[in-house]
Amino acid sequence: MPEGLLNIEVDGRAVQVPHGATVMDAANKLGVYVPHFCYHKKLSIAANCRMCLVQVEKAPKPLPACATPATEGMKVWTHSEQAVGAQKGVMEFLLINHPLDCPICDQGGECQLQDLAVGYGASASRYDEPKRVVFHKNLGPLISAEEMTRCIHCTRCVRFGQEIAGVMELGMAGRGEHAEIMAFVGSTVDSELSGNMIDLCPVGALTSKPFRYAARTWELARRKSIAPHDSLGSNLIVQVKGPRVMRVLPLENEAVNECWLSDRDRFSYEGLDSEDRLTAPMVNDGGTWREVDWQTALERVADGLAGVVAQHGGSALGVLASPQSTLEELALAARLARALGSENVDYRLRRCDVTADGDGARWLGMTVPDIASYDRILVVGSFLRGDQPLFAHRIRQAAKKGSRVLKLAPVDDDWLMPIAARAIVPPSQMATTLAEICVAAAEAAGVPAPAATADIAAAPGPAARAIGRELAAGTRRCVLLGALAEQHPEASQLHALAQALADLTGATLGFLRDGANAVGADLAGARPRGAGLPAHAMLSDPRRAYVVLHAEAEFDFASPPVARAAFERADLVVVLSPWRTGTAYADVLLPVAPFTETSGTFVSGEGRVQSFRAVVAPKGQARPGWKVLRVLGTMLRLPGFDADSSEAVRDSVLPADVAARLDNRTPVAIAARTAQEAGVERAADVPAYFSDSLVRRSPPLQQTRDAQPPLARMHRSLLEGLGLVEGAQVRVRQGRGEAVVKAVADAAVPPGVVRLAAAHASTCGLDGLTGPIRVERA
Amino acid sequence: MNAPSEFLDYGPDAVLMAGLTGRNWRLADYVQRGGYDALKRILSERIPPEQVVAEVKKSSLRGRGGAGFPTGLKWSFMPRNFPGEKYVVCNSDEGEPGTFKDRDILRYNPHALIEGMIIGGYAMGCARGYNYIHGEIWDVYERCEEALREAREAGFLGKDILGSGFSFELFNHHGYGAYICGEETALLESIEGKKGQPRFKPPFPASFGLYGKPTTINNTETFASVPWIIRNGGEWFANLGRPNNGGTKIFSVSGDVARPGNYELRLGTPFATLLELAGGVRGGRRLKAVIPGGSSMPVLPADVMMATDMDYDSIAKAGSMLGSGAVIVMDETRCMVKCLLRLSYFYYEESCGQCTPCREGTGWLWRVVDRIEHGKGRPEDLDLLNSVADNIQGRTICALGDAAAMPVRAFIKHFRDEFRHHIDHGRCVVAPYQ
Repeated sequence: MPEGLLNIEVDGRAVQVPHGATVMDAANKLGVYVPHFCYHKKLSIAANCRMCLVQVEKAPKPLPACATPATEGMKVWTHSEQAVGAQKGVMEFLLINHPLDCPICDQGGECQLQDLAVGYGASASRYDEPKRVVFHKNLGPLISAEEMTRCIHCTRCVRFGQEIAGVMELGMAGRGEHAEIMAFVGSTVDSELSGNMIDLCPVGALTSKPFRYAARTWELARRKSIAPHDSLGSNLIVQVKGPRVMRVLPLENEAVNECWLSDRDRFSYEGLDSEDRLTAPMVNDGGTWREVDWQTALERVADGLAGVVAQHGGSALGVLASPQSTLEELALAARLARALGSENVDYRLRRCDVTADGDGARWLGMTVPDIASYDRILVVGSFLRGDQPLFAHRIRQAAKKGSRVLKLAPVDDDWLMPIAARAIVPPSQMATTLAEICVAAAEAAGVPAPAATADIAAAPGPAARAIGRELAAGTRRCVLLGALAEQHPEASQLHALAQALADLTGATLGFLRDGANAVGADLAGARPRGAGLPAHAMLSDPRRAYVVLHAEAEFDFASPPVARAAFERADLVVVLSPWRTGTAYADVLLPVAPFTETSGTFVSGEGRVQSFRAVVAPKGQARPGWKVLRVLGTMLRLPGFDADSSEAVRDSVLPADVAARLDNRTPVAIAARTAQEAGVERAADVPAYFSDSLVRRSPPLQQTRDAQPPLARMHRSLLEGLGLVEGAQVRVRQGRGEAVVKAVADAAVPPGVVRLAAAHASTCGLDGLTGPIRVERA
Repeated sequence: MNAPSEFLDYGPDAVLMAGLTGRNWRLADYVQRGGYDALKRILSERIPPEQVVAEVKKSSLRGRGGAGFPTGLKWSFMPRNFPGEKYVVCNSDEGEPGTFKDRDILRYNPHALIEGMIIGGYAMGCARGYNYIHGEIWDVYERCEEALREAREAGFLGKDILGSGFSFELFNHHGYGAYICGEETALLESIEGKKGQPRFKPPFPASFGLYGKPTTINNTETFASVPWIIRNGGEWFANLGRPNNGGTKIFSVSGDVARPGNYELRLGTPFATLLELAGGVRGGRRLKAVIPGGSSMPVLPADVMMATDMDYDSIAKAGSMLGSGAVIVMDETRCMVKCLLRLSYFYYEESCGQCTPCREGTGWLWRVVDRIEHGKGRPEDLDLLNSVADNIQGRTICALGDAAAMPVRAFIKHFRDEFRHHIDHGRCVVAPYQ
């Protein structure tokens, strides 16, 4: 690419653009609007709508601004007679077969075609022939394609699938007037990013199925918020009508979610009005639940907690909070525990080995956009697309531009991007394999491997060698530990080994944190100090009383049966939740607000502090969690509960320099390893739409392919070795629990591993996300 | 395949098609006619590629597929020192209504094309070529496969051709019959296994073509002319025709003539000569109109046509284009509305649907012409047709939009009264025009 800038003139105004820029780029730079439909800054150039035709000096005919390269000295007119004539001609063509159903179209009011027709369309049509009708399509529970006659064939949705989502689920079939957008025969659109196609569609062809006919867009207020599901911290526009959240759209933030949203962030709001919303405090009187007023409920909680502490000491209390909770809730929950003399407070509910956690907050190790700058990206233990749908897209874009993605995982799930090298090993082998990668990388770089790793892995296998070679060959490397690596029984060893590998190769070490606010929870002190017990120990060594914030025993814990048993044995279990949940083990249910009804703060994986306000009023008697905890602290006459705003709570815990608290180093040493006995192991993912209490209640998300009941996925050899056929029911035993599920062969799962998802009712009897299991015919 | 002998009479000026009987298509026959001499000479004398290109430039050979772009100039656009693969592609996707010349070359003289493509590959530094054959001609595809087999066996294709160190491989690719795949970038997409839709240009194939590599695409007749240029020299070829219109050209004459068929004439031959060669207007009727260059080109009335010579520049001066050389002759009994209806339906049917003006406009044109033909025309329809055609022409990704628009404008321009009559009376002018 030649250096220097090109001088071009648009509508008589001079502008400089780099080589390779288009006329559209130049116009955008000047703030000149050129009408368009198919052009989108994040997608490839199609130049098919022809709406952006402009006049170019010396060109015999109008040229599309989106696809015409700027050249030195070029003169362009975007609103000349020729340009506007061409644009109006195109607009007429777009409208002749477009139905005049704006009054009942969901896109009405936010429709690019409607808007541009005002400027470029005629008031009456010259087209008097029969209009085209396009048959509707079923694209699944999220995207409505009921009115494909509205489609103007811009192919943005097609290009989004190919270029951003990484999978082409829509295409344009047929020719000429018969061309239509459709999915493969009998298929739906199942990408975890599919909802963006709704935003991209410039007309009302692809609309939101959950939002369909629910409101007119101009009736909706737009309020900013932050997505509460993954650690990316996507910026949201929550659209509300009166007391209800009607729709969620992306708030563009190039540094975070760009202009995209994952389907989880976009459609989880549908769970807000779930039937089991808790709208009043409830108490359990000898097995009977009844609604009470706040005073009664809080007195019961305060008396109960004071009683347990008085009788059994502070350490008899355990506080367990979901990493979906806000910084303010976590800060006050931790403060409550400590003020009552307990260090037993934790948010790391799905983890069982937390010994490597240092004092700081583990984080991404980089900014989100910075991932593009790495040419070698090793991801260890992550179900990337489910765990981090949009960060996966960032990695996919990096891979497209030449970054080489490396993978160490127990399951070779399809990330829809090229993987340069992969090691797919059972969970129990992951630490050894990571050590092998260290040795291989050291060999390839011609430096000595850390002694501890060499002891473990004398002779690396071919997969580890390939990854090691790749890392050594790179110039800018990173090692990212995913949720599965953190939830692993040997998480501290994986951390130590990843750190050794990062030190050896000069790589950045990062964590793909589970939950929206894991970093915030660390900063809020929602972790035990000193002799305090981490979550798994609080449960395996049961406490007398528990305060549970936003979490559900069956779905949010490493071992649901252990959690459940501990809660059932306890004298007092207080559940703070937006849902009527835990009625089998709780004594008091306190209705707290979901993220839309409270102010609060999430700190994203990259350490970005994002505060938000309530977008609607709390439902019924529900109250923001931080307020409930504040009142509780006040009733118990504890110090530190006098903040009168969530901002005051936030400011009381958030360090002035958040970055200084982000730290991925661990003091844990690499330990010697003994050979593991061979057996069948479980590898559990937490599917995207089971990941927290809100998404689990979103009906459209629960209807998606990704939310289907878990299957025991295993290698065909294992399936056949068990004498099973595809689709047979199997009994899976793990620890004291068992689950009966369907078995299927899956070439992505290595022999000796069964992939069986967690956080679902059918598998919540199983004891741990990984570990030995027994599988037999049911 | 055994055509009657008069079918192979391409006229007294025939060069490419001279001496063909319909059965002498094999390699041995071609060699006997002097075939592969040009290639052998280039390779044995190690004529530099630049010199081959210069010779083609000197010949004034212009693209025979329709646009008439100077072939030597096109060849010189190929980046000479590009690292990696480059391709030559032959566009044998002959789908333009009225055009049926390339299939005769492929059928009766396939080695002329093969030799031309090998020379093209040599001149442009390509090691690989594709011949994209229209999807509806199976026997031709099979014959071309057989011809390729012969050429490979004889050592004209493959590694180290004739011990020269030059390697070239050629493949036939059978299309599926879509007209749009004759558009060169749609053709490339189709070879790549994608839906045949034109690409936006720039970039042009010479820099970003097949599989993203520099590619030159020429018509069958263009490549097949190259051996004669090399054998007899560019100047000889140029002198067959007129300045800037070198060589002979095969004209596919169809419609109301006594002897429809392919005729190879020196460029610049008067249309009257061609008409006479084709036996004149059938049944002694009067000539009414001629489309001189395939269905995409503007129609010309009889008097204009009779005063015109058949070469690129003369026909352009007369208000149309030589195009692919498909001469569609219409006599006094032809209804011009019905003729246009047939053409408009074709473009409506063959539009790929990618870009708006063509996708929406071709159907509009067809429906309005259809109404007029069926007695439901309105006075304002002719202006509407012109306006819709204006809005398509020059606004589309590829030339199909222009091809759909140009006939409409020309038919209305030259035969407006006939259209008016249809609109006013609900039926056509049966009486002769004039």
